Amino acid sequence: MPVKRYLRQRFFPQLWCAGCGHGQIMASLIRAIEELGLQKNNVVVVSGIGCSSRMPGYLDFHTLHTLHGRALAFATGVKMGRPELNVIVPMGDGDASAIGGNHLIHAARRNINITAIVMNNNIYGMTGGQSSPTTPVAAKSTTAPLGNIDPAFDLVELAKGAGASFVARSTTYHSKEMQNMFVKAINHKGFSFVEVLTQCPTYYGRKNEGVSPTEMMKKFATTTTSIGSPKKKENPELIERGVFVDQERTEYASSYCEMINQMRKQK
Amino acid sequence: MEAIKDKKNLQVVINAGWCKSCGICIDLCPKGALGRDNRDKAVWQYPDKCIRCGLCELRCPDLAITLQEAEEEE
Ligand SMILES: Cc1ncc(C[n+]2csc(CCOP(=O)(O)OP(=O)(O)O)c2C)c(N)n1
Ligand code: SF4
Ligand code: SF4
Ligand code: SF4
Ligand SMILES: [Mg+2]
Repeated sequence: MPVKRYLRQRFFPQLWCAGCGHGQIMASLIRAIEELGLQKNNVVVVSGIGCSSRMPGYLDFHTLHTLHGRALAFATGVKMGRPELNVIVPMGDGDASAIGGNHLIHAARRNINITAIVMNNNIYGMTGGQSSPTTPVAAKSTTAPLGNIDPAFDLVELAKGAGASFVARSTTYHSKEMQNMFVKAINHKGFSFVEVLTQCPTYYGRKNEGVSPTEMMKKFATTTTSIGSPKKKENPELIERGVFVDQERTEYASSYCEMINQMRKQK
Repeated sequence: MEAIKDKKNLQVVINAGWCKSCGICIDLCPKGALGRDNRDKAVWQYPDKCIRCGLCELRCPDLAITLQEAEEEE
């Protein structure tokens, strides 16, 4: 697989820590784009700020590295101006669901044709391991040294509730599944939301599991299960992976284009 | 597709300059075909054990592994 064709190789080796899952998500995304046969010139990757948000720096597409939490706002501008482009927005869990939570729910509500990817490592990686809205109860972080008491968001439920017309979840352990979900999400006409459970060995791992990146990844194999699997009935704690929502609904940029065309006709 | 048929022709090439010694590929190789050098960088130590499944390439966070045709090598 000619992954290198899509990289700005001058920035390698990349800055992510050893064993950080963010690189695995980037690799699966590249393979999905290759599988879809998209032209580099038709792909725009927009990010905010965070370790996850470094991704566009490494990718040889049109890329924007914007403000923490605001990637979807910038991406909305790109999509409205150039609806024919594939707009992909990788975000951190903090980025997408804390400071950027409003942008997320409204992009979902509008059903704008953007592919949002949340690289959920359950922590603020870049700033030194503070709790995020997805840090599990009792987990430790810099801001919760005795254990977190805030209940965590289920991002899939959040995206569903906000009206995203494509919602999926995978993990860094399941590379091929993740790639397939990216393919479906990019193909989907409407707001697509993919949560990828990923490991931050440096902060989340060190403060909580104290294990190697491999062990963190392996945990995704044992703590998750495919949607509809009987295992979930036996153990309701298991987190489901798969496509939760895949619906057709009026897309925002096309409604806007239609309105412009109508107005032109009336003149 | 010919190449896929003759998987033995594929080599696991590891870019030591990009490898960060995380150990993921080594730990998760189903056949134990990978080892470590003296800086803990991954090496394709036991090609005879390797089934060319490509899992190491898929899972390397640093995009340091490529399965490629023997003659493609520089
Ligand atoms: C407006 C603003 N507020 C806060 C910050 C500081 N900041 C940078 S990254 C970050 C959170 C990173 O966590 P996450 O989004 O989960 O990404 P990760 O680093 O874990 O991939 C914060 C709070 C900032 N850069 N800008
Ligand atoms: S701090 Fe965590 S999220 Fe950031 S690069 Fe390191 S391992 Fe990855
Ligand atoms: S997975 Fe990649 S970075 Fe980690 S040890 Fe293997 S080759 Fe090196
Ligand atoms: S191709 Fe498969 S068997 Fe060979 S080294 Fe990689 S993971 Fe191991
Ligand atoms: Mg995070």
